[in-house]
Amino acid sequence: MSLAKIFGFYTIGFLGVTILIGIAEIFFGLPNAWIGWIFMGLSLGIYIVIGIITRTSNPDQYYVAGRGVPPVFNGMATGSDWMSAASFISMAGALSAQGFAGLAYVMGWTGGYLLLAVFLGPYLRQFGAYTIPDFLGARYGGNFARVIGVIAAIACSFTYLIAQVTGVGLIVSRFIGLDFNIGVFVGLVGVLFCSVLGGMKSVTWTQVAQYIILIVSYLVPVVYLSFQLFSIPVPELVYGRVLQANNTKAIEITRDAKEKETRALWKKEADEANAKIKAGGLDDAEVEKLRATARIATQQATAPAASDDATVGRYLTVPTGVGMWNFLALTFCLMVGTAGLPHILTRYYTTPSVKAARTSVAWSLFFIFLLYFTAPAYAAFARFVIYARLVGTQIAELPRWITLWAPAGLFEVVDKNRDGIVQWADFVVKSTDFVVLSMPEVAGLPFVITGLVMAGGLAAALSTADGLLLTIANAFSHDLYYNVLDPKASLTKRLTITKVLLVVTALVAAWVATFRVAIIVELVAWAFSLAGASFFPALVMGIWWRRANKAGACVGMIVGLAITAYYMIGSRFFGVSWFGTATIASAVFGLPAGFLTIWLVSLLTEAPPKQVQDLVASVRYPKTGQAVTGDPLGRDLPAGAH
Amino acid sequence: MADLTDAQKQAYWRYNITLTTILLIIWFVVTYLVSGLWAGWLNQFSFLGFPLGYYMAAQGSLAIFVIEIAVYAYLMNKLDLKYGIREEG
Repeated sequence: MSLAKIFGFYTIGFLGVTILIGIAEIFFGLPNAWIGWIFMGLSLGIYIVIGIITRTSNPDQYYVAGRGVPPVFNGMATGSDWMSAASFISMAGALSAQGFAGLAYVMGWTGGYLLLAVFLGPYLRQFGAYTIPDFLGARYGGNFARVIGVIAAIACSFTYLIAQVTGVGLIVSRFIGLDFNIGVFVGLVGVLFCSVLGGMKSVTWTQVAQYIILIVSYLVPVVYLSFQLFSIPVPELVYGRVLQANNTKAIEITRDAKEKETRALWKKEADEANAKIKAGGLDDAEVEKLRATARIATQQATAPAASDDATVGRYLTVPTGVGMWNFLALTFCLMVGTAGLPHILTRYYTTPSVKAARTSVAWSLFFIFLLYFTAPAYAAFARFVIYARLVGTQIAELPRWITLWAPAGLFEVVDKNRDGIVQWADFVVKSTDFVVLSMPEVAGLPFVITGLVMAGGLAAALSTADGLLLTIANAFSHDLYYNVLDPKASLTKRLTITKVLLVVTALVAAWVATFRVAIIVELVAWAFSLAGASFFPALVMGIWWRRANKAGACVGMIVGLAITAYYMIGSRFFGVSWFGTATIASAVFGLPAGFLTIWLVSLLTEAPPKQVQDLVASVRYPKTGQAVTGDPLGRDLPAGAH
Repeated sequence: MADLTDAQKQAYWRYNITLTTILLIIWFVVTYLVSGLWAGWLNQFSFLGFPLGYYMAAQGSLAIFVIEIAVYAYLMNKLDLKYGIREEG
């Protein structure tokens, strides 16, 4: 049976089961808790079965899925490898809150694929290695460049992995009511089954299955809401009108007397809390509590439109000055980070040919685009529904979704001025994640769709965790152990070490996640700048400039990493500020520094050996008539490459 | 690639460089000018009911990126055929 048929049946089967559960819910009163369990069990079960079916001990299969993944499927796998819990659950909410400034994420996380397509993807495929440090080791002659690559790969991937594991724990605990820590370990079972048994091969096909669940569950609620409100099932077409309605409403709310009264009360609360902090004589816990109160009160006291007579509300206002600089800098960092993250780059090693790698990048972006194209519409609808169906209602008759989701602690409705009516300023948002999570109920859909969204969020977190885990374990076992420490290790020994490391890495990540360190989310945003500043210059120069040599690349990667890390830590903790640049956009300094250093140091030192220069030249032209499968490291790589 | 002459190789590479440059210029203008620096000014125009600057940042730029990569893949794969580069693998 062809792959298209298999995944076609799979999709139909999954939809069928969803409909069956829906029927059971509506006609037989299937309890919500059961629906949650069924969706979690079903999706984890599918991933485990795929893991078992595709298990392998062949190194080519294990590291690069036998270089046999057709472009469309590699595109889907990259899509779910790429879209994490943050893209799925948090992005629409963040857009709803941030307006124009948040669009840096949407553009950055898609535009980076163009850089990947024209600078890296096809060339890395032509080169044909197993990992990104493999390429660095072969191109820049030796283990030093490889080891820097390993360190950078682990630095970018590990914090990212912890965030995914945290996402799994949150989803499982929120929908099923399991303890967070247990939820984390339940999720790990799904991840480990496929990565340990079949490496890249299993991970690829699991990610394809996960993409299908992810995209269906993201689109269903918002398409339904669009149909319900406008009778057009394409949210992208109608949300321009929604935006305009939101703007009008925002100005109304800003002018409304009751709203002003409520905002004044919040302002008073914030001032009081701040005064108490200033007065001093409190212990740390109390100060922390007052700070939180002041932060929420300040947030609530802020009017939704810039001023009474603003024609365009703050929501759509384009930032200027430092705001615009940061918008552009962040977009840039997210783009180069996207093109430099090792768990994404390795996906293009798995296609059968250079042609397939090119086509595959196009499919990847298309599948990612389907979600990102919808996210801003999701955000506008969420705001519209809150304006239309919550603001102005009686406190005694809140909509059903409010009462249903209130216990989750994502938002709160407080009648600040005690007039018995909900004002916009009475709606206290604690986590914008509620936008995606509660959308099915907001739209009045049955709980089965909420279960579907849960399965989608779980798929997004697990698929990204899969890719990251494999990248980290391979960096340790293939690059560090096999290539640097023990090049004579037998195949069985190498694979065994990889499998042990997968389990160890997963357990360490889960263990770290149970501490719930608040800074993790922030660290993930840093990963893009780190990847952009370290890998991007060394890879691009390695492919595009014959003269780039070992010394240049090594010093360049270190300089890029060091400057980026210096600015990150400096601006986050010690008040360093260059042109008012935000911490998450640190690569805007590190990346040019990296390129410049590679260029200068390479020119000042000896040219790379002829063998390496020939290799760079040969990467430009896809090979004819040569089988591209087989151990790529057995090919004509320069001596000492491994 | 043994069957490509040096002149052919040069022509192949020049085509690639030209295509890449054009795509990157479009990418730069769309991202940093149209959706960035010029967005405030473009917002006075309306498209499908959206302020144009906002529309380009939220939707237009994404669609253009997808088209750009598809064009790149199509043209480069066609170029490979023209030069008789057929991979077996």
